[in-house]
Amino acid sequence: MGILSAIGNNVAENYRSLSTASPGISRITKIDTIHKNDIMVGEIPATNSELEKQLGLPENSWSRSALIGAIAAKEAVAHANIADLHEYRTGLISGTTVGGMDKSEQHFYDYFDNDNEWHHINGLHAGDSTKKIAQSLGLEASFATTISTACSSAANAILLGARMIKSGRLDRVIVGGTDSLSKFTINGFKTLMILSDTYNTPFDDQRKGLNLGEAAAYLVLESDKVVKKTQKAVLGYVKGYGNANDAFHQTASSENGDGAVLAMEKALQVAGIAATEIDYVNAHGTATPNNDLSEGRAMLRVFENKVPDFSSTKAFTGHTLATAGAVEAVYSILALQNNTVFPNLNFKTPMSEFQLRPQTTLKTKELHTVLSNSFGFGGNCTTLLFSKEAW
Amino acid sequence: MVKPVYITGIGSVSAQKTYDNETFLEEVRAYSDTTITVLDPDYKAYIPRAAARRMAKGIKMSTVSSKTALDDAGLTKVDAIIVGTGLGCIGDSEKFVSAIIDNKEQFLTPTRFIQSSHNTVSGQIAIGLGCKGYNYTYVHSAISFESALIDAQMQLGAEEADHILVGGVDEVVAHHVNTHRLIGHVKQNPVASDALLRSNTPGCVMGEGAHFFTLGHKKTSSAYAELVGVRTYNTLAEEKLEETVLAFLEEHGETPESIDLVVLGNNGDVAYDHYYAVLTKGIFNEHPQAYYKHLSGEFDTASAFGFWLAAKMLRTGTVPTVVQLNRAPVKKPKTILLYNQYRGENHSLVVLRQC
Repeated sequence: MGILSAIGNNVAENYRSLSTASPGISRITKIDTIHKNDIMVGEIPATNSELEKQLGLPENSWSRSALIGAIAAKEAVAHANIADLHEYRTGLISGTTVGGMDKSEQHFYDYFDNDNEWHHINGLHAGDSTKKIAQSLGLEASFATTISTACSSAANAILLGARMIKSGRLDRVIVGGTDSLSKFTINGFKTLMILSDTYNTPFDDQRKGLNLGEAAAYLVLESDKVVKKTQKAVLGYVKGYGNANDAFHQTASSENGDGAVLAMEKALQVAGIAATEIDYVNAHGTATPNNDLSEGRAMLRVFENKVPDFSSTKAFTGHTLATAGAVEAVYSILALQNNTVFPNLNFKTPMSEFQLRPQTTLKTKELHTVLSNSFGFGGNCTTLLFSKEAW
Repeated sequence: MVKPVYITGIGSVSAQKTYDNETFLEEVRAYSDTTITVLDPDYKAYIPRAAARRMAKGIKMSTVSSKTALDDAGLTKVDAIIVGTGLGCIGDSEKFVSAIIDNKEQFLTPTRFIQSSHNTVSGQIAIGLGCKGYNYTYVHSAISFESALIDAQMQLGAEEADHILVGGVDEVVAHHVNTHRLIGHVKQNPVASDALLRSNTPGCVMGEGAHFFTLGHKKTSSAYAELVGVRTYNTLAEEKLEETVLAFLEEHGETPESIDLVVLGNNGDVAYDHYYAVLTKGIFNEHPQAYYKHLSGEFDTASAFGFWLAAKMLRTGTVPTVVQLNRAPVKKPKTILLYNQYRGENHSLVVLRQC
C-alpha cells in the first residue's frame, strides 16, 4: 500500500494520525482562491517543488495529481516487495477526476502567449496522470487504464482490479487513485453549496458540508498464484465488491439511498456473507446534508437497523474525491491489521431523522471484515468488502 | 466456461450520416479542414427542447447514439452501462474554467461544473433508462473505449450480466483544438479527406462522435458479430508490434491467414502512422486493409467508429470502397482485426468474427 494525504506522507504516518486522532484539516495555503477564508481543506503539506525533488524531476514538470500519484504508487510497489514488475502480467488502474486541471486552469490563456507551459497541455487528459505513474513505475506494454466516476473512481479501480485478477486477465494489478486540489473543484463544489466553512462533521445533525481534500493512494492486488509462488504475507483480501447506480439525480443521492443499498448488498453477495458478519463500516460520510442522510438510511436498510461500528474518516483527510475509495481502502486494511476502528471526529449530535451514532473514539476490537463505501456524482455507488483472513 | 460475447445493436453519431442505421456509408461527406464535427441528427426527436438547451453536446450525441443501439437490439433496458471518453463533456469543463478566470471565481453556476464530471454521460443514460446496475466510465486516451469493451466482455463472459450498453464519446471543442494545435497534435493546414494519408504533415484532423453498442452473451438473430478478443498496451515498441499481434491472434485461436481484413487507425500523422506500416507492409501485406479516420476524424474514442465500421462490414458482408486502404481483392469478410494507437501510445487490438 502507498498513500499521500493531509495526514501523512506514507502509510505509517497516516496510521499514526488516525490512531492519535490528529486531523489534517486547515485553511488552504497552496492555491490562491478568493474562497480561502470561507473554506477548510485537507491539503498535502509538500509543495510541488518538494514532490518533484522527491521524484527526481525538474521543477514544474507535472501536475500535482501526477506527482502525488507517482509517489504513492511507488510506495505501494516497494511495500509489495516487487523486484521485477513484468515477471507477472501486471496492470495499473487509476481513478482521477481532476487529473491535470490544476495546471490547465493556471495556464488556460497563457498557452497562447508563450510556450513556457506547453508541456502541461496534454495533462488535461485524465489518463495523462496514469501514464506518468506507469512511467515512473516502469510499467510497459501492459494494461493501464483510468476510471473517472467522480468520487467512487478509486473504489471502482479496486473493484475492476479484483475482477481482472479473478477472470485471469491479470496476475497483479496496482489500483487506486489520485486527485489534487484545484480551483476547478473548489469553485464547482462552492456553486453546489456543499462546502463547509469549518471542520466537517460527518453524520452530525448540524453538519454543514464537506471539506475538499487531496490525496493519492494505491494498493497492490495479487492473485492466489502469485502469493503462493512468492510466499508473501497478505495484508488483506478484497472479498466483495459492488457497483450500482442510484439513477436518481446527477449530483444528489436518493432520499433512501437505493443505489447505496444495492452496492452494499452486491458486495455482501459477492463475498458470500451476511450483513451481520460485518465488523466495521468505513462510511463515505462526506458530511454533506444529503450524503449522510442517504447513506445513513441505506445502512439502516442493509443492516436491518443493527448497524455495526461505523465511522467516516473524512474529518481527518477531507473528501479526497476520486481518491477517497483508495484512501479508505488503505484505512480499512490498517483497521484489520491493527484491530482498530478509527474515530469519526467532530460528531456531537445524532441526526434528527434517526439515532445513528458513529464510533467517535479509537476502539480496539477483533476485526475480521470491513465494508467501505464510496459514492459519487452520476449516482455512482461502490462498496468494497475487505477481510483479514482468506476463508 | 467463458461465454462468447456478441454485438447485438449499434448506434453512431459521427461526421458521416451514420445515425441512420438503415444506411451504410452510401453517401460520404468529404471534408477539407483541420477539425470536423458530427452531422447532427434530429436531436428534437430524442430530447425535449427545454432539456436540450443547456445539455452538453456529448450528452446529446450519446442520447441519440445509445437509443439507436438499444432500438436496433430491441432492448429497453440493460444490466450495465459502460462508457469510454477521453475528455468527457470537455466543452462544459472549458466554459467553467474560463468563467472562473474571467469572473475571478464569482457569479458561477453549477450546470457547467456538473456536466464536467467525466461520468456525466453514463450517469445521464442511467437516469434515462432507470438503470440501477453497474455504471462505469473509462477515461484513458485512445483506449477509453477498449477499456469499456474489456470490462463488458469480462462480465458477459462470466454471465454476470445479460445485456450491456457500451459506448465511446468525445466532443470537439475550440480551446482544446487550439491548444493541441500549438503543440503539433492537430494539423496546421486543412487536408482533404481523401488525401489524409498523403498529407505528409504531423498532427491529425480532430473530430468527434458518439458510438454505442449493446453486447450480450446470447447470439440473437440481429447479432452483428462476435467480439472475440480485446487487448490494450500502454506502450509498445515498434519492433515488438508484430510479435505482439501474433501472440494476440494465437491467444484467440487465430492466425494472420484466418484474418480476412485489417482495420487500421491511420490518422495521417506522418510522425506516427509508421506503426501501421509495420503491419501493412509486414504480416498483412497481402491482406485487404481498411482505414476510417478520414471519415470520422481523430479523437480519443475514434476507434469506436472503427468498431462500428467492422460490425457493419461483418453484418452486410461488404467493404465500402471509401474505406479500402490497398488494392488487395476484397472478399466478404468473416474475421476482422482492428489495430489502433495514438501518438505511439495506448495501442489496442480487437478481433471480431462473423456469427
